[in-house]
Amino acid sequence: MNKLKRFGAALALCTAVSPTMAEQFTAVSFGGAYGAAQQKHMLDPYMKKTGHKILFENYSGGIAEIKAQVESGNILWDVVDIEVIDLERACSEGLLEVFPHDTLPAGDDGIAANKDFIPEALSNECGVGNIIWTVLFSYNDQTIKGGTPDSIADLFDTKTFPGKRALRKRPQVNMEWALLADGVPKAQVYELLATKKGQQRAFAKLDTIKDQIVWFDSWSQAPQLLNDGGAVMVQSANGRIFDAIQSDNKPFKMVWDAHVYDLDVWAIVKGTKKKALAEDFIRFATSSRPESGMQEVAYGPTRNSSYAYVDKSVIPKLPSAHLDEGLQASGEFWADYGESLGEKFNEWLLK
Amino acid sequence: MQQTELAVQLSSAANTQEATMSSELTASEIIQSRKITRRRKLVAFAFAAPLIIFVIMSFIAPIGTMLYRSVYHPTVAQLVPATLTALEQWDATKDQLPDDQVLNIFAVELRQLALDRRSGKLAEEINRSLPGSSSVIKSSARKLKKMDQGVLQSAGAEKLLSLKPQWQEVEIWRVIKKSGAVYTNSFYLTALDLMHNANGEVVNRDTQIYVKLYLKSLKIALLITLLTVVIGFPLSYYLATAPTKTANILMVFVLLPFWTSLLVRTTSWIALLQTNGVVNSVLQTLHVITEPLDMLYTQFSTVIAMTHILLPFMILPLYSVMKGIDPTYLRAAMSLGAKPIPAFIRIYLPMTLPGISAGALLVFIVSIGYYITPALVGGTDGQMISNIIAFHMQSSNNWELAAALGSLLLGAILLLYWMYDRLVGVSNIKLG
Repeated sequence: MNKLKRFGAALALCTAVSPTMAEQFTAVSFGGAYGAAQQKHMLDPYMKKTGHKILFENYSGGIAEIKAQVESGNILWDVVDIEVIDLERACSEGLLEVFPHDTLPAGDDGIAANKDFIPEALSNECGVGNIIWTVLFSYNDQTIKGGTPDSIADLFDTKTFPGKRALRKRPQVNMEWALLADGVPKAQVYELLATKKGQQRAFAKLDTIKDQIVWFDSWSQAPQLLNDGGAVMVQSANGRIFDAIQSDNKPFKMVWDAHVYDLDVWAIVKGTKKKALAEDFIRFATSSRPESGMQEVAYGPTRNSSYAYVDKSVIPKLPSAHLDEGLQASGEFWADYGESLGEKFNEWLLK
Repeated sequence: MQQTELAVQLSSAANTQEATMSSELTASEIIQSRKITRRRKLVAFAFAAPLIIFVIMSFIAPIGTMLYRSVYHPTVAQLVPATLTALEQWDATKDQLPDDQVLNIFAVELRQLALDRRSGKLAEEINRSLPGSSSVIKSSARKLKKMDQGVLQSAGAEKLLSLKPQWQEVEIWRVIKKSGAVYTNSFYLTALDLMHNANGEVVNRDTQIYVKLYLKSLKIALLITLLTVVIGFPLSYYLATAPTKTANILMVFVLLPFWTSLLVRTTSWIALLQTNGVVNSVLQTLHVITEPLDMLYTQFSTVIAMTHILLPFMILPLYSVMKGIDPTYLRAAMSLGAKPIPAFIRIYLPMTLPGISAGALLVFIVSIGYYITPALVGGTDGQMISNIIAFHMQSSNNWELAAALGSLLLGAILLLYWMYDRLVGVSNIKLG
C-alpha cells in the first residue's frame, strides 16, 4: 500500500513537472538538401534554444496522409511543410489549424511581420510562407547540341535542340509551359487552361514533343537524368539543380524563362496536442535569421529582412530575383482542375 | 447343468448391464463429456484465434471498408442536409433553376459551412462531377461568411446569384442534388468510364481511361505469367534433375534475389537499362547498335523487371512438383517405345500441370495489382491500374473512386479465379 502511494506520488510529480520539461513533437518536410538546410537553420537552433526535441520526417507532399491522420483522429505529425497548391485545399477542408498571423515576430530590422513578409506568404489563414521555390528547366552544357536554350519555346523546339526532355509526370507546370511556349501571355494561361479549347491546345503542343519526353516521378530523378544522359533538358525544382552545380560542380545551366514559382508553407495539423509548441516553432522558423538559411539550397526567403543575412552574390540565383520572368502557380486553379486534368493527362499519356 | 445355466444367465445379465452402462451415460457423465468437448473446442479456437483476429483485422475489415466506401458516400448529405431536402421537389431534368426558397436555404447552409471551415469539403465533392466549381463554392463561401444570417434567410438567393455567374447555371444544382445521394453507384460508373447524363441515362464519359488501363494491366500480367512459365519451366526441370549438390547451389541463386529487397531489384534494373546503362554500353562497345536504345521507362522495362521479380513464384512450386515426379515413369514410357519428345509431352508435362497452375496463378494475381515496379521503371506506357489507384489515393484524394477501382480489380481477379476453377480445377493446384 505504501509502495502504491509512493508510486502515485511519483506519477503525480511527473505529470506536474512535465509541462516545464523538454517536450517532443514531429515536423515533416521534403527531405533532400532542402530538409538538411531546414534541419541546420531551423530545427537545430530551435532545439538548442528551447531544449525541446523535434522528430524530423520526410514525405513527398500531397494531403492524403494528413487527411488520413485527421479523419482517424490519430495525429502523428504536428508541423508540416506543405506546398501552396495543397495548402488551399487542406485548409478549407479543415485539416489544418488556423495560424494566428498577428503573433509572428517583427523582422530583425524592426519592421512588423505583416509588412516584412511578402503578401503571398500570409495570404492563407492556415500557414506561414517558408520559402519561394520554382520549377524551371535546366540543360547540361556538355550534352546540349544546337546552341544555348534561353526560352521556354526552346524546350519544345526539338529541331534546333535535339534530344530527350525529362518532365515530371503530372499536368502541373507542363500544361502551363505548353501554352506559354505556344505564345499565350502569362496573364491568360490559367484562364485559357480552364477551357476545353485551352486544354486541347496545351495537349496539342505537348504532342509535338511527346516522343522525346522522358517522364519521371520524383524531383530527385531530374539532376540524375541530366547527369547520366537520360535527357538533355530537364524540368526541375531549382534547388536540386543549384545543389548539383554548387556541391558537385555539374555543368548544368538554369533557364529562368517561364519558371513557375510557388511557396512552401509551414502549417499545423488539425487536432494536434502540441499546438502551442508547434506555433512557437513556426514563429521561430520563419523569423529573419533562420529564413535566410534557405538560400543555401537556392530557395528564396519569404521575408525581406532575411536578405540582410544573404550573400549579395547569391541573390541573383534565388527565384525571388526572377519573379518578373516567372509565373506564379495558381493554387486555386489546380484545386479546381487538378483531378479532371490529372485524368485527362493520364488519358493523353495512354494515347 | 442348472448351475451353469444360471451362471451363463448371470454373466449375460452382467454383460448387458455393463453394456447399458457404457452406452448410456449418467447425466453427470454427459455433462462432463460435453465439458471436455467444449473445452477442447475452446482450446482449438484459442489456438486459431490469433489467426482469425489477424485475418479479420488485416484482410476482411479493410476489404469490407473498401467495398463499403465505394458505394456509401454521405459527405454531401451531411454537409447540406436542408438544401437536399428542399431540392427533392425540384425537377432536375428541366432547364430551370430551383426556387429562390431553395437557394436561400443553401446560402444559409453554405455560410455555416464557411464558419465551420468545412466549405472546402463541399467544394471538393462538387468539383469532382463539375470541374471548376471548387473555386466558385469556396469564394462564395468566403463572401457569405461576412454576411448576416437573417439577410440570407430572406435574400440569400439574390446574394448568391450575384456572387458568381455559375450559380445561375442549372448544372451545378443538378450536381449538388446528385451528390446528395448517400448510396451511389457513380464511382463504379466512373471506374468503367461511364456517367449519368442530365436525364439520368448512362453514357460514356469524355475521358476514356480506366477500362483501357484494366485491359492493359491484364495484358501485361498475362505476358509476365507466360514469360515466367517459359523461363521457369526448363530451369525448374534442370534443378529437379540435376545432382543434389549442383541443384542446391543453383537454388541459392533462385532464392537470393527472392530475399533481396524489391526496391533494390527494381532500381538495379534502372542501372542496367538506362540510356547510358550497362546494357546500352555493352551493346555499343560490341558495335551492335550505334545509338543507345530507349529501354527504361517503357512497357518493355516493366515487363522485364517484373518477370525477374516474380520468377521465384513460378520456379518454387514447379520445382517441388517436379521433384515429386518419379523418373521411372518417363523411363517406362521410353522403354515401351515412346520417342523422347512425345514421352515428355504426354507423360511428364501433364504431371507438372499442378505446379504450372499454382505458379501461374500466383504470378498472375500478384502481377495484376503490382505497383512499385511499374511506378519506378514504367514511364508512360508501362503504367498499370494500380498506379492510377495510387493517384486517386494520394493526389486527387478521391478515395471513393480509388475504392471502386480497387473493388473492380478484386472482382476481376475473383472472376478469373472462378473461370480458372471451372476450366482447370483449383483442387489440381499443388504448391509442393
